[in-house]
Amino acid sequence: MFSYILRRGLEVIPTVLLVLTLVFLALRILPGDPAIAALGEYATPDAIATFRQKLGLDQPLWVQYVTFVGHALTGDFGKSMTNGTSINALLASSLPYTIELALAATLIGIVIGVPLGAVAAVRRNRAPDIFGRLFALAGFSLPDFYVGVLLLMAFSLHLDWFPMLGGGEGFFDQLHHLVLPAVTLGLVMAAFVMRLTRSSLLEVLRRDYVRTARGKGVAEHWVIFKHALRNALIPVTTGMGIYLLTTLSGTITVELVFSRPGLGQLLIGGITARDYTMVQAGLVVFAFFVVLVNLLTDLLCAAIDPRITLR
Amino acid sequence: MRGDRPADHPALSDLAEQLATPGRRGVILTYITGNVVAPIGMLLVLVLIVLAFVGPWIVPHDPLEQSFLSASQGPSAEYWFGTDAFGRDVFSRVLLGTQASLAIGVTAPVLAALCGTWVGMLAGYFGGWTDRLLSRFSDLLMSFPTLLLGIMIAAALGPGFRTAIIAIAIALFPRFVRLARSATQVVRREPFIDASIASGRGPLAIMARHVLPNIAGPLIVALSLWIATAIRLEAALSFLGLGTQPPAPSWGNMIRDGMGDLVGDPWPAAFAGAAITVAVLAFNMVGDALRDLLDPEMDV
Repeated sequence: MFSYILRRGLEVIPTVLLVLTLVFLALRILPGDPAIAALGEYATPDAIATFRQKLGLDQPLWVQYVTFVGHALTGDFGKSMTNGTSINALLASSLPYTIELALAATLIGIVIGVPLGAVAAVRRNRAPDIFGRLFALAGFSLPDFYVGVLLLMAFSLHLDWFPMLGGGEGFFDQLHHLVLPAVTLGLVMAAFVMRLTRSSLLEVLRRDYVRTARGKGVAEHWVIFKHALRNALIPVTTGMGIYLLTTLSGTITVELVFSRPGLGQLLIGGITARDYTMVQAGLVVFAFFVVLVNLLTDLLCAAIDPRITLR
Repeated sequence: MRGDRPADHPALSDLAEQLATPGRRGVILTYITGNVVAPIGMLLVLVLIVLAFVGPWIVPHDPLEQSFLSASQGPSAEYWFGTDAFGRDVFSRVLLGTQASLAIGVTAPVLAALCGTWVGMLAGYFGGWTDRLLSRFSDLLMSFPTLLLGIMIAAALGPGFRTAIIAIAIALFPRFVRLARSATQVVRREPFIDASIASGRGPLAIMARHVLPNIAGPLIVALSLWIATAIRLEAALSFLGLGTQPPAPSWGNMIRDGMGDLVGDPWPAAFAGAAITVAVLAFNMVGDALRDLLDPEMDV
């Protein structure tokens, strides 16, 4: 196990470098000069030169690359190009909103998805299964931001149960603001978790050891809870690790729906305002989460299923 | 790096093996015709495609014409889906939006399939270092959620129609690589490949003539499922202001515009969102039906 953690941990280093390189190349090599993007097509050559110098874009590419990687690794993202505030301060204030939303949504997804999937598998082709499958199909077909808009219309505008916009002040108000965005993403995630739990449990229920358990007279609910569901949840855990990233990227659109001052708002705001440093920082932070969640998922899987560490 | 994880659609890896087995295709056709979901899905897809083509000729109103006299109205006999804040007919805009959504939603996955299939076949056919390098790279791309990759590319290229196509194509590319790779590995072990090598045919010719036809099945299933994903991605990018640019109507940017006045005029957002849902559902139904029939869990 220890050697697996070490091996998997060391793998992160080339991955991080590759990801940073991709972000760097995407923003520099691809067409679209950030200076012209920020200043407009009719900017004077002088203004463009000053701008490029300020951002270090006049340096040779490899110097820019080393500086960029250095800054990204030490977490120094400089200042926003549009309003001059420190990007680190902006990140610090917006990150909690995004992380809270992603975690709350995941919790809702598990709490709804696992029982629904288990019941659907046990009562296969009966009413609960058909309902569950319809729910999953809806979850796969409704875009998360549209679910958000519908919930916003129903529960904020018409029923006035939940606040419409922003992140809230103080613990309870923030929790109140969190409910609708979290339910939005949670419902979509629940559809995924439900489908995964259902197919995984169906698979396990056909195994020999389940038949053995039934054969020796174990009560059916014990067969399902103790023998089947525990093993069925292994692929669900792995799948959810990956889905957590989909939820994380879902926060970007849902934050826009609910005007939640999170990371997605920062990134999209940066892109629309052509704030080059902001976009760079936003992308690096999201990429960091991708690498981190992948690492944690792999380690979690290894902890659950010891066979993985032997490969 | 992540070889032991389930893919997006868990059944796809089984599917690759199943479809690569010769003799299964007859079963597939019988199943599709006998199933209820598939015809409905196919009918919906057909209707959407026809609407995308004839949309500009059958719109009851000019989708771009603004009129403050008729702004923010609810549905009526004159304006079936109501009007938006600029007085434009929402029904006409939703109808025309079909074009933008399907154009991007179909072009991008097809592009991804064309490139991804070849890269995947190369990796699966040659194995060794070629495989390790190509898989490593596509695994890395695949570890990013599609929406995030799309946003990254939109950030680099700037918002627009072309960007949306490229961004979504790149986001789906690694998925085709992985699928084509695993299916190719199965076919590669067949004796007819060795026979073909012995007869002196080059690797590219073998891939085009023997591998591609045998792995086409799972790729087509994946294509229909990922067209649904692409339509959803296009809507999300346009909603974020990175896809189709106003005043050209797309379902995503109609919701974005509609967000401005949800209290007074919820209709544009509601109907545009419903249109996205129907389109995604239609392609999902077709793809699901195709996939389910190859799922060993199903009682065919």
